[in-house]
Amino acid sequence: MATRPRPKTPSPAAGPLKRYRSSVGKKAVMAVTGAILVLFLIAHAIGNLKVFLGRQDFNHYSHWLRSVGEPAIPHRVFLTALEVVLTVAVLLHVWAAVSLARQARRARPVRYAARPKAHEHRYATHVMRYGGIVIVLFVIWHLLDLTFGAVNPKGGNAQPYDKVIADFDPSRWYITLFYVVAVILVGLHLRHGLFSAVQTLGWGRQRRYPAVRVVADVVAALLVIGFVSVPVMVTIGVLK
Amino acid sequence: MSELFTEGAPIQDTKAPDGPINERWDKRRFGGKLVNPANRRKLSVIVVGTGLAGGSAAATLGELGYQVKSFCYQDSPRRAHSIAAQGGINAAKNYRNDGDSIQRLFYDTVKGGDYRSRESNVYRLAQVSVEIIDQCVAQGVPFARDYGGLLDTRSFGGVQVSRTFYARGQTGQQLLLGAYQALERQIAAGTVTMFTRHEMLELIIVDGVARGIIARDMITGEIETHIADAVVLASGGYGNVFFLSTNAKGCNVTATWRAHRKGALFANPCYTQIHPTCIPQSGEHQSKLTLMSESLRNDGRVWVPVKKGDTRKPGDIPEDERDYYLERIYPSFGNLVPRDIASRAAKNVCDEGRGVGPGGLGVYLDFADAIARLGRDAVAAKYGNLFEMYERITGEDPFEVPMRIYPAVHYTMGGLWVDYDLQSTIPGLFVIGEANFSDHGANRLGASALMQGLADGYFVLPNTISDYLAKGPFEKIGDDHEAVVEAREAVKDRIEKLLSIDGDRTPDSFHRELGALMWEYCGMERTDAGLRKAIDRIRELREEFWARVKVPGENEELNQNLEKAGRIADFFELAELMCIDALHREESCGGHFRAESQTPDGEALRDDERFAYVAAWEYTGHAPVLHKENLEYEYVKMTQRSYK
Amino acid sequence: MKLTLKIWRQKNAADEGRMASYEVDDVSPDMSFLEMLDVLNERLILEGEDPVAFDHDCREGICGMCSLVIDGTPHGPEKATTTCQLHMRKFKDGDVITIEPWRARAFPVVKDLVVDRSAFDRIIQAGGYVSAPTGSAPEAAAIPVPKADANDAFDAATCIGCGACVAACPNASAMLFTAAKITHLGLLPQGQPERYDRVVSMVDQMDAEGFGGCTNTGECTAVCPKGIPFETISRLNADLLKASRG
Ligand SMILES: Cc1cc2nc3c(=O)[nH]c(=O)nc-3n(C[C@H](O)[C@H](O)[C@H](O)COP(=O)(O)OP(=O)(O)OC[C@H]3O[C@@H](n4cnc5c(N)ncnc54)[C@H](O)[C@@H]3O)c2cc1C
Ligand code: HEM
Ligand code: HEM
Ligand code: SF4
Ligand code: F3S
Ligand code: FES
Repeated sequence: MATRPRPKTPSPAAGPLKRYRSSVGKKAVMAVTGAILVLFLIAHAIGNLKVFLGRQDFNHYSHWLRSVGEPAIPHRVFLTALEVVLTVAVLLHVWAAVSLARQARRARPVRYAARPKAHEHRYATHVMRYGGIVIVLFVIWHLLDLTFGAVNPKGGNAQPYDKVIADFDPSRWYITLFYVVAVILVGLHLRHGLFSAVQTLGWGRQRRYPAVRVVADVVAALLVIGFVSVPVMVTIGVLK
Repeated sequence: MSELFTEGAPIQDTKAPDGPINERWDKRRFGGKLVNPANRRKLSVIVVGTGLAGGSAAATLGELGYQVKSFCYQDSPRRAHSIAAQGGINAAKNYRNDGDSIQRLFYDTVKGGDYRSRESNVYRLAQVSVEIIDQCVAQGVPFARDYGGLLDTRSFGGVQVSRTFYARGQTGQQLLLGAYQALERQIAAGTVTMFTRHEMLELIIVDGVARGIIARDMITGEIETHIADAVVLASGGYGNVFFLSTNAKGCNVTATWRAHRKGALFANPCYTQIHPTCIPQSGEHQSKLTLMSESLRNDGRVWVPVKKGDTRKPGDIPEDERDYYLERIYPSFGNLVPRDIASRAAKNVCDEGRGVGPGGLGVYLDFADAIARLGRDAVAAKYGNLFEMYERITGEDPFEVPMRIYPAVHYTMGGLWVDYDLQSTIPGLFVIGEANFSDHGANRLGASALMQGLADGYFVLPNTISDYLAKGPFEKIGDDHEAVVEAREAVKDRIEKLLSIDGDRTPDSFHRELGALMWEYCGMERTDAGLRKAIDRIRELREEFWARVKVPGENEELNQNLEKAGRIADFFELAELMCIDALHREESCGGHFRAESQTPDGEALRDDERFAYVAAWEYTGHAPVLHKENLEYEYVKMTQRSYK
Repeated sequence: MKLTLKIWRQKNAADEGRMASYEVDDVSPDMSFLEMLDVLNERLILEGEDPVAFDHDCREGICGMCSLVIDGTPHGPEKATTTCQLHMRKFKDGDVITIEPWRARAFPVVKDLVVDRSAFDRIIQAGGYVSAPTGSAPEAAAIPVPKADANDAFDAATCIGCGACVAACPNASAMLFTAAKITHLGLLPQGQPERYDRVVSMVDQMDAEGFGGCTNTGECTAVCPKGIPFETISRLNADLLKASRG
């Protein structure tokens, strides 16, 4: 029997949009949406740090979020637009992640008996996939908590500052712990994610890798510190 | 010797055109018939082998529009043994303006071959060499370049010009990948059908003409029949008859030997090339030998202890108890004498009991002086990766202890006899690359095998085969044709026989023993008595093989020992012919050294009066028949080599 | 040395397969890993058992035929070394060594440790070449290639098509293999006309063969016996994005 040649079918993914359905295309989608999410997180972390400037400032910031550009832009349009962009980004990001993970599952039906030894940062795949799921769960909880207030001691209608303070009350140390763990996971996700995005978008070169790794690590670390500081400070009573 | 062979009619015509040598190839091309493009689709060609020769031929024939079927025993055409070639490929481009020319490449090759090759063929090879480089560069072969971005070259193996193109130490790999990619392109285009993990086991001859092959699908065991209008063998060399060689484990003689049994003459089987710088055998388990680049001899000094059986560590042997024998015997060339001379000298000192390492089969290649002179860093820069490879294999660091090296079988100049058109004595059967005997005479120059493989595959065969194919359309032949059935049944019987013996020795154990025998008596130095003894032993061992071999498993599966056993069976027959050829050639020339024929100071002594011919052997089933093709030199004068 | 080998045995593609355990004595540290298996096989034949099938040919690290996942690592513990070049002195007396085939859907097991890697050939068929029919070539010196590009192209071109990258990748992705070819041809002037079509078809073929997608884990380069650089993957990504933008 002859060795099976490549079937002569027209390229399955012709056309620019379809191109993003190839495995490489999906990664590009992930990198771009991931980048949007990172920008949001940076902004969010900076916004959060305003807690340290006091109740007034923080609440004002929250209010400002809803009234950006008024009167040119109607009330809450900016925030809604931001939410839409974020939602779409998350959906696309997760869609790409899930379909790549499924492709990978199918690609290795029989696993190795010997535990594969990690040479590089193989753990990254696990951090990205399982970590991603935890992050999604966290964000859902987080929205119910601090945006809608459904699971917040102060309820939905309280001022943001109060919600935050009540949330991370020393008695609720386990919530703080949950946030800290979640944020660290986000940090690990970004540590690989930022590096990975550079590679995916085609800018990775041997001589640049060391610098890209450092930048990714520093950005991830700063974000983690920025985020974590708020709940921790509340729990240990620095912020009241 | 008449009990061993008989002499038949000499070969009269090699089909080389006459006239001035530089016009012959043009003349041949113009004189050959062509096949109209529309008709090529209706003509089919089988190409066995996907090395440089077969890969380039199949791709080119596919591009021309023939229907090609390509075969290899590996799982991908890219793995053919050509991949292992390191040093480079020669071409008379004269980019260095150092006086190179087609004429000089031609001259060097004829001389290097110790005046046992054909002038017309070699001249054509030199002419075509120029086109090869163009072709390979166009395919994207990443040859080494200088800072101006132009192609770099180096000098190689004792020639005085810099005409060797290279891609670091992986020239064969890069050239083969170029041919492989061209081949895959044709497979995608549908002109070439690829059969990987298929082994050709028989040639189909109908009415005296080659019409196809019987091949075994190595995964299912199915015995398949493939019919075509012409068959091209590009199945490589047979150095593995020695068991230990630098060849890949799967290299075999089966394809060419089966054709030989069906009537193709086998030329100069005894011409083998032995490479002086290989890593020596480390024990009984050794399965193959690894070549170390010859460039090491530029800075390393070769020595052995003066005393026999000296077991001291090399570092403990004082300077005056060391014998730098190459520098002693060949003061002007020293450690840089040609391959055959360096190899034989190493054998001699080991035979005297002065060899080093396991079994006393090795000599030191010492870099201590070079390290002292140039500094460790400079040596590392030059030879670092070779040192690493050596250390990986032997566990010894050449910076600390001298390397041990020993000669190993490397290349076979002999092969199926072909005419100027690369057609064997069976019409419709063409043979290219290392599988034929054509261009290197009794000794191949470094970097010339790649050149010949690609010359044959890209340029020569596609031109000459059209003259044959133009005779078509050929009669349709069914799988049930008498001759086809017979070939198929013969293959099945043989396999069944091998599986049914169920003896008590493994195939490898026979191969090892045959190899040791050949190395001892038909290796670097051959004698009348030794060769006669070898022939007797080979015959005994062959009988024992057919009585005691144990081939496990069955045919209908991937059965690597069945594959081996079939190849070894053919090696036995070839080995005998090699010894007969070596015995009858009472002169020394190139890679063939007869102890009886040497100059007073121990150098190879040619006998042009009696032996300036190609020995082409015909298979009979008993004593083979020798057909001589006389070699005439119009353009190069025959002289004796000297390196003192 | 005395060793225990746990080897994957599978009669053919249809068979389920299982691990089997073998003891080998008298292993010399100078043996290569494959020679150690040769010795085992010689014994199995004489004992009337089926010898272990494994792929190999050149035994000098260049043909890409040998494979074997040794204790979880393709080509075993020594860096930048193929299985055939791995020597037993890297192991200790009494070691238990697990030997498995490459695991990937696109590389189905043929028998024991032998897998079918023809998917790689089909990826090359999809565009891993320069269309330069014999006879059409211009003079070789006509197009200079900057030395740096030639070197980078060469680094990528040394891929031996062994498939260790797939075996090591947590996604069983063929990205490094494919990227090596894209990079080799994409860096040379000869490769430019087909550059963007090539990347599109090769990536499509890679997906169609059932390999996983790359998530930049980098295991592949870590085990690659030829050290094909990680940046080749980024170069492929760049070319694909450029091709997609039209
Ligand atoms: C270690 C080493 C280094 C070398 N270095 C150089 C160098 O630097 N320069 C140089 O010019 N030369 C060099 N040579 C020699 C050169 O590599 C070979 O002579 C040349 O590559 C042979 O090419 P080929 O196409 O004839 O055969 P090969 O490349 O050997 O190909 C043989 C093909 O035939 C197939 N085949 C064989 N038998 C069968 C069968 N029965 N059925 C089906 N298919 C079959 C195989 O699958 C394979 O595809 C070197 C050789 C070695 C061993
Ligand atoms: C650990 C420290 C964090 C604190 C204290 C914090 C606090 C807040 C607060 C107070 C809000 C409500 C803002 C408002 O409604 O005005 C908010 C919204 C939000 N947070 Fe966080 N957050 C943290 C971490 C994170 C992390 C790690 C993520 C993402 C991974 C995240 C994602 C979001 C999102 C998506 C919203 C909704 C924004 C919107 O309504 O548009 N937060 N956060
Ligand atoms: C919501 C759940 C999430 C899941 C399931 C998820 C999953 C993944 C996965 C599987 C990858 C590929 C990892 C790899 O390259 O190995 C990835 C990449 C990435 N993610 Fe997420 N992620 C999530 C949320 C986020 C968030 C909130 C951010 C940003 C703040 C983010 C930023 C990134 C970035 C920048 C990348 C790199 C893209 C690339 O590899 O090119 N992700 N994500
Ligand atoms: S990239 Fe490396 S590991 Fe992958 S096939 Fe090529 S040589 Fe093997
Ligand atoms: S290990 Fe796999 S995920 Fe990509 S970087 Fe290598 S192919
Ligand atoms: S056998 Fe050729 S690379 Fe290992």
